[in-house]
Amino acid sequence: MAAARDDEKMRRFRDAALPCLDDAFTLARYLMRNEADAEDAVQECYLRALRHFDSYRGPAMKPWLLTILRNVCKSEFARRSAAAVSSEMNDEHAEDPPPIWQEPQPSPEAQLLQRRDGETIRRLVAALPPPFREAVVLRDINNLSYREIAEVAGIPVGTVMSRLARARSMLRAAWNGEEGPTP
Amino acid sequence: MNCAESEVLIHALLDGELDAGHAREVEAHAATCRDCADKLETFRAMQAAMAAAELKEKAPVRLRNRIEGALATPPARAPTRFGTSFAAGRASRRTFLGGFALGTAASAAVAAGIVIAVLGGDDDRRIAGEIVSAHLRSLQGSHLTDVETSDQHTVKPWFNGKLDAAPPVIDLTAQGFTLVGGRLDYVDGEAVAAIVYKRRKHLINLFVGPRLGAASRGKKKAMFQGFNVYHWTQDGLGFWAVSDINADELAEFGRSVADAIGPPADRT
Repeated sequence: MAAARDDEKMRRFRDAALPCLDDAFTLARYLMRNEADAEDAVQECYLRALRHFDSYRGPAMKPWLLTILRNVCKSEFARRSAAAVSSEMNDEHAEDPPPIWQEPQPSPEAQLLQRRDGETIRRLVAALPPPFREAVVLRDINNLSYREIAEVAGIPVGTVMSRLARARSMLRAAWNGEEGPTP
Repeated sequence: MNCAESEVLIHALLDGELDAGHAREVEAHAATCRDCADKLETFRAMQAAMAAAELKEKAPVRLRNRIEGALATPPARAPTRFGTSFAAGRASRRTFLGGFALGTAASAAVAAGIVIAVLGGDDDRRIAGEIVSAHLRSLQGSHLTDVETSDQHTVKPWFNGKLDAAPPVIDLTAQGFTLVGGRLDYVDGEAVAAIVYKRRKHLINLFVGPRLGAASRGKKKAMFQGFNVYHWTQDGLGFWAVSDINADELAEFGRSVADAIGPPADRT
């Protein structure tokens, strides 16, 4: 009987959580910045989520899973820097491709933006500093609401708004070939 | 409104997070400020470019397989130590995985801290579970609709003869919910109508059946397996709306349907 209940729980968990796999993997890719680490983080996230599934009452599955995923990534970074292993966060700019703002760009600006291809956009988003990168990915790629982003990142909604504004300004500057905004 | 405020609120406007009053203020400011108008246009174009670029990644098949494999083991038999269940094939990554244990307490606290009202009765809960499963089936398979049209006058007759009680099919375009179509589904052993609506990119399944919890009274909302569920009874029919849109929007949807059907004769 207990086994039947476990099977039922597993089925409910799979039905609820597996549809979010692409979202989880995408966020992990941007946070961990390499595919193997992203895969490990996502798998750990799913196992952890399953263990807490009994206490899960909402909110929507996607932000709940992404919250867990973010904790997984964060503790992995904490562990790496404690172990004095090179941290992805510190290596931020080490292997970045040359900034694209050296390319000459025609105007008008809006037209230009629309011609940016996926690869370039991906690279520009990946080059944002971590808190801003996270905000843009959660909003523009994972499609979370401000309130959900606030929950996932553990910050007030007002901070979500200001981070997004800041993040998109940086993105726009990089996108356009301007100097980045002064902090 | 000044430029500093508008600079932040422009984004909330583009993200659909502003109430109508503030949205008007931002737009009014942009109408008089060249700089903010430029920003609004630029960020709108940027948002469109990002949406068009389809930045969401596909999880690799091997990751999907790994996770499905790990989830095939019931929790009682699953390894209790972190990492061991999936590090097996990747011994070289063990150190990475070993570090994960630290964050457990934190995520448990997060998981436990978020509680939303659940449905009361066992019957309601069982049906809600089936409703959510039916919703998921409709999203995952290719069988979302049997009849696909945004015309309510096509959807409604389609159900005639297929069900004991033909469901009301309401046009909610004005309220921002687009009719996608309808299909037959089975919930709780009963053939029911599933009417499919859409808001933005989110699908809403509205299940309607004569026995679908029609004995219960009042309007109920719940969060179930990550989906919002909104339930009411009207004219002897049980209505269950389910979607991943937020609870307030789903309640708005349910109320719009109920209002359009009109005040039931059997209720005061």
